Amino acid sequence: MKNLIYQKQWDWLTSGIALGLVFLFAVALVKPIGVSTQFVIFDGIVWDFFSDDIAVKNSDSKSDYASTNAYLNKGGGKYAKNIANPLNYSFIFVLAMIAGGFIANKLQSNEANRESMISPPVWELRFGHSPSKRYFAAFLGGMLILFGARLAGGCTSGHMMSGIMQTSISGYLFALAVFSTAIPLTIFMFNRGE
Amino acid sequence: MNILLAIILGLLFGFVLQKSGAANPQKIINMLRLKDFHLMKVILLSIGLSSLAMFGLLAIGIIDAAHISVKASYFGVIAGGAIFGLGWAIAGFCPGTGLVALGAGRKDALFFIFGSLLGAFIFTLMYGELKTTFLFNDLGGKLMLASTENVKYKALFSSAPAFIIAGGIAMVFIAIAWKLPAKSD
Repeated sequence: MKNLIYQKQWDWLTSGIALGLVFLFAVALVKPIGVSTQFVIFDGIVWDFFSDDIAVKNSDSKSDYASTNAYLNKGGGKYAKNIANPLNYSFIFVLAMIAGGFIANKLQSNEANRESMISPPVWELRFGHSPSKRYFAAFLGGMLILFGARLAGGCTSGHMMSGIMQTSISGYLFALAVFSTAIPLTIFMFNRGE
Repeated sequence: MNILLAIILGLLFGFVLQKSGAANPQKIINMLRLKDFHLMKVILLSIGLSSLAMFGLLAIGIIDAAHISVKASYFGVIAGGAIFGLGWAIAGFCPGTGLVALGAGRKDALFFIFGSLLGAFIFTLMYGELKTTFLFNDLGGKLMLASTENVKYKALFSSAPAFIIAGGIAMVFIAIAWKLPAKSD
């Protein structure tokens, strides 16, 4: 057990069982895991500082909150409600994930392994050591990912993992669409000249 | 109580994603270029196991069917997934693993999160225009393969026992996870 906590990386069997248990606990105790909606909530919390009508109380709305933005007002204003009340399950869950990554990294024994925290080796082999190039790619990739995730209504957690776990058709559709562009582009980007 | 669960489950999820290598873009990129199937095996096994256990516990009434939450199918799921795939290839992070990588101290993850917040904001501004386009045309609604007690969701195989349908699919996932080689040449 001690070894599992300090180990840098688990084998696939341990990882798969642990990840499966987390998804099971989440649906058994609360609801299926989802992440990408909280990026919208975070944006909304920031936006709300600068604007007076992004998340306001409105008794006509199903959630008692409404927004002048069509997306935040969607589904009876449920996003507006979470923006006005950031101490809700889904938002705290995502903040705790960051802390989980922090703790896992702090506890791991990494004396020998000082790998780059800027770009992965496979990236450096193909695109060199320039941090700005890697930062730009990470930024651009992030933009596409969250635009895509919000258009699709979920991401790897909500659509792919939680969705397929529940045998949801949308989960299978999302996974097929993701891999149909991700695999060819990754091969095109990283396999040239090899 | 819910906030306490959010903290415990979120910590656990972040910890496990980091330990499984999912928050390492090297592992993601090498999975997507079909060189290293470690993460593919992890994903398939975890979906298979959690699905098998969930439908088993639903069948004997330990998990409340009200906890089921199935998302709708519409054109945007496919279009959005395709755009997501491009970003996944370029960045090597997805939303959850990017956050975990940020917590683990990766500098590129910080730029990924900035980009993600901007991408989410652009969509938030565009939704009003997009919602009347074909992108939100229905593709079957909130449909699943196996049936549950939750009346909000329709099932494609509504007459067969859910545990058989979902359990069969889960066993296929687990078998592929088991058989898939860890690396390819």
